[in-house]
Amino acid sequence: MEDRAIIQLDHVSKSFTVRSGIFGGRKHMQVIGDLSLSIGKGEVLCLVGESGCGKTTTGKLIVGLIRPTSGRILFEGKDIWSMHNEEFKNYRKAVQIIHQDPYSSLNPVHRVYNILSAPLFRHGIVKNRSEAEEKVLELLDRVDLTPPRDFIYKYPHQLSGGQRQRVAIARSLTLNPKFIVADEAVSMLDVSIRLSIIELLRRLKEEMNVTFLFITHDLAMAKYFGWEGRIAVMYLGRIVEIGPTPRVIENPLHPYTKALLMAIPEADPQVTRNKKPMQLRSLDIPSLLNLPPGCSFNPRCPFWIEGTCDREVPDMYEPEKNHYVSCFLFKGK
Amino acid sequence: MVKEILNIENLFVEYSNIRGKVKAVRGVNLKLYKGENLALIGESGSGKTTLGTAIIRLLPSSGYIKEGRIVYKGNGNEYDISKFNEKDLRQFRWKEIAMVFQSALNSFNPVLKVWDQIYDTAKAHGINNRSFVRERAISLLRYVQLDPERVINSYPHELSGGMRQRVLIAMSLLLEPKILILDEPTTALDILTQRNIIELLRIIKADMGLSMIFISHDLSLAAELADRVAVMYAGAIVELGSVEDIFYRPKHPYTLGLIKAVPTVTAGFRELYSIPGSPPDLINLSPGCKFSPRCEYKISACEKDEPTLVEVGPDHFVACIRHKEINNGR
Amino acid sequence: MKTREILRRIFWEPLVIISRDKAGLIGFIFLLFILLLSFIGPYFIKLDTEVKLDRIYQFPSREHILGTDNQGRDIFSQIVNGGRDVIIVAFLAALISTLIAVSLGSLSAYAGGFTDTVIMFITEIILTIPQFPLLAVLAAFVRLTNTTMLAFIIGFLGWPALARAIRSQVLSIKERDYIEAARVLDLGRAHIIFSEILPNMLSYIVISLIMAMTGAVYSQVGLIILGLVPFYGHNWGLMIQLAWTRGAIFYKGSIFYILSPIIAIALFQWSAVTFTRSLEGIFNPRLRAGE
Repeated sequence: MEDRAIIQLDHVSKSFTVRSGIFGGRKHMQVIGDLSLSIGKGEVLCLVGESGCGKTTTGKLIVGLIRPTSGRILFEGKDIWSMHNEEFKNYRKAVQIIHQDPYSSLNPVHRVYNILSAPLFRHGIVKNRSEAEEKVLELLDRVDLTPPRDFIYKYPHQLSGGQRQRVAIARSLTLNPKFIVADEAVSMLDVSIRLSIIELLRRLKEEMNVTFLFITHDLAMAKYFGWEGRIAVMYLGRIVEIGPTPRVIENPLHPYTKALLMAIPEADPQVTRNKKPMQLRSLDIPSLLNLPPGCSFNPRCPFWIEGTCDREVPDMYEPEKNHYVSCFLFKGK
Repeated sequence: MVKEILNIENLFVEYSNIRGKVKAVRGVNLKLYKGENLALIGESGSGKTTLGTAIIRLLPSSGYIKEGRIVYKGNGNEYDISKFNEKDLRQFRWKEIAMVFQSALNSFNPVLKVWDQIYDTAKAHGINNRSFVRERAISLLRYVQLDPERVINSYPHELSGGMRQRVLIAMSLLLEPKILILDEPTTALDILTQRNIIELLRIIKADMGLSMIFISHDLSLAAELADRVAVMYAGAIVELGSVEDIFYRPKHPYTLGLIKAVPTVTAGFRELYSIPGSPPDLINLSPGCKFSPRCEYKISACEKDEPTLVEVGPDHFVACIRHKEINNGR
Repeated sequence: MKTREILRRIFWEPLVIISRDKAGLIGFIFLLFILLLSFIGPYFIKLDTEVKLDRIYQFPSREHILGTDNQGRDIFSQIVNGGRDVIIVAFLAALISTLIAVSLGSLSAYAGGFTDTVIMFITEIILTIPQFPLLAVLAAFVRLTNTTMLAFIIGFLGWPALARAIRSQVLSIKERDYIEAARVLDLGRAHIIFSEILPNMLSYIVISLIMAMTGAVYSQVGLIILGLVPFYGHNWGLMIQLAWTRGAIFYKGSIFYILSPIIAIALFQWSAVTFTRSLEGIFNPRLRAGE
């Protein structure tokens, strides 16, 4: 497994310093705490969590937009921040990101042609305008913006949200990536077109053998996109549960995962009105500036064990094959 | 017979912008009954938010009601809201109909404490008795499960998204309105917080017997809370019916498409399907059914005249000429 | 076909956009009028230098549209011939300060860290020096033999406030998703600054340039009125100074002599500022696309 991993996070943590008040001095805000993760070639890993859980930061760490405070991020076995120039350039080309908001991920002053041809020229994939045009048309066709000639000289504002997201996806494909981080890639889109974007991503994964990190707050989308892959559930900067998608959905182990699944409103009146949400001990999410000691879910968890959960951080236990959970309820199982 | 409290008759709302007139709401007829929950479902540009803001006459300055009436029936009288002047509106908003806006953060003035915002709202509607407002505010904040003493002295940024949403809901109840309009009340909130707000709205409904209108793109909110659902597309209602009718017996291809486009987590896998194309340009609308360019049931007659709502079952209305052939295949 | 398309984009589209905003359009028309008058006018209307003692302080007439000055010379010919130098100096000065501001501001924001600290430190020091007195002192020491020199001095002192504004703009654009995407695609620093960030600020930069021009007009005219610039030639500032020193304010008949250059300057400034309203639209592709 290890040698087939494309991306590995090795005890990665990330904190930001924030100033509080005039005399408050600096505080550390730990966004990611001691995260270890391995993503295999060709796999789909869905990173699921609520806002502020650190899932977007994890994505940015993986594409190398920010540096970890400690720990290593490995691409094909090599630490990206100690790579020499040539290796780092290759890594940059191989790992791409699709942002959430198609309205801010495309530069409003450029036409689709310029957006897609800039990386092609920069990396010598095309030499002149006619080559670039041909390649851009091919990319547009690949993301189902057909006929491509209708789109190539449009500005972003002339496109709908779904069409913009397709352009953003086409841009992420310009350099033939091996790994794509899709950060909430469909959550800003209208309900009726989300699925078509998901289908597109799935097809690209098959055709181009791209590995996906699919970051989302929407468990239903994660289930739909990543049924053959794995789900990792994040809470306050840590992964609390990770396992094959069907197992995590059908047999959630961590109390937080259970709480999420019991709470999610669903588009089916009978299903959703018969849900029995878990009664949490508190509604408030702890501040990242002031994380509780021990398991960070313990102040809200109805199953907490006093003296254990609020003292130590639980290890990852493996109560069923390849299905890991970080909760003392499963210690020794 | 349930009493109707609001009757929207043939309403047209437009915005004028540099390119022309945006026909945001086109000929909507809709009744709201006492004590019911009505969900307005649609995608961006469907006109659902415009319809909601037109009801309490808070349209942006470029928008105006072109035609139609909005009749409110309360205190034994009938009033046409669309004819109200500013003074009438001040007497009316928040006392009869209140609205909770989509963006919980933007609805607050960032430099005022929660208490000042509550008191300003009360004053704007003619209630100057400080201690009365304070007492009522505290009991309402407690009612929405907040710590009133702490919240009332906080600035908006000191509260979490869920807390802000609860404060807004409490504020909307300040003057005991008969109708509450909620625009995307759970969007952008965390799942556990969403659940909490949904439970809260259930309690409010049970305790106060209000009529509520939910505006949302999120089908699951309608599935949770609505008694009746109106599905909007390109400024018009294309299907209207009970929540069971809409979710289990949809008769409009768009409704069917929407429901099939949303995956569920805990229910088993179901056949999913996405609607091709994108919504029409509301400035240059073509004749005929506005959904027809995206519709797989389209026949040539669809492009001639825009279909009107016809009753296909008890209180179930559909605007589609081929509704008989649409079976959800669930 | 190609050239027509380009001509349409460069000339016709901006005109359409300008015509959408009424105030902007009026500003544009006035500005165009003043520019034509000052740059083309002198070829048709020669500066009247002939002393005519029998025509001192005449009121406007068909012969002298704006009347005559204290030596019986035509005021209108002086207005027509007095704008060019003022406008050239203002434009040069504004160009210099905007160039410095844009380069330093964007470098500071993009590089961050130590570079940022140093640039901002220098900027703030220059910002704290009161500009006009310094200009006055400098003008007294430096032999201002030509217009370019004056433009350089005004330009070199005028950039700090704009540099700070540019820096904060770049800082905010830097955080946008499309910049992140460009970084991940390894498009390079130069591409990111010149092709991704700056085009988004073009309207702001051009508006700032025009505003800097109006500022430079005032600095320049102020220096001339105070007599700190031993200017030869002829311009609006000099006209005010001459009117002033010849005691124009004491004569009722001299009102047109002193008011004409003041109104010319005010009109230029007002039309430039008003015109900036239309500029936003010209650089915004959303408005450009004409739909």
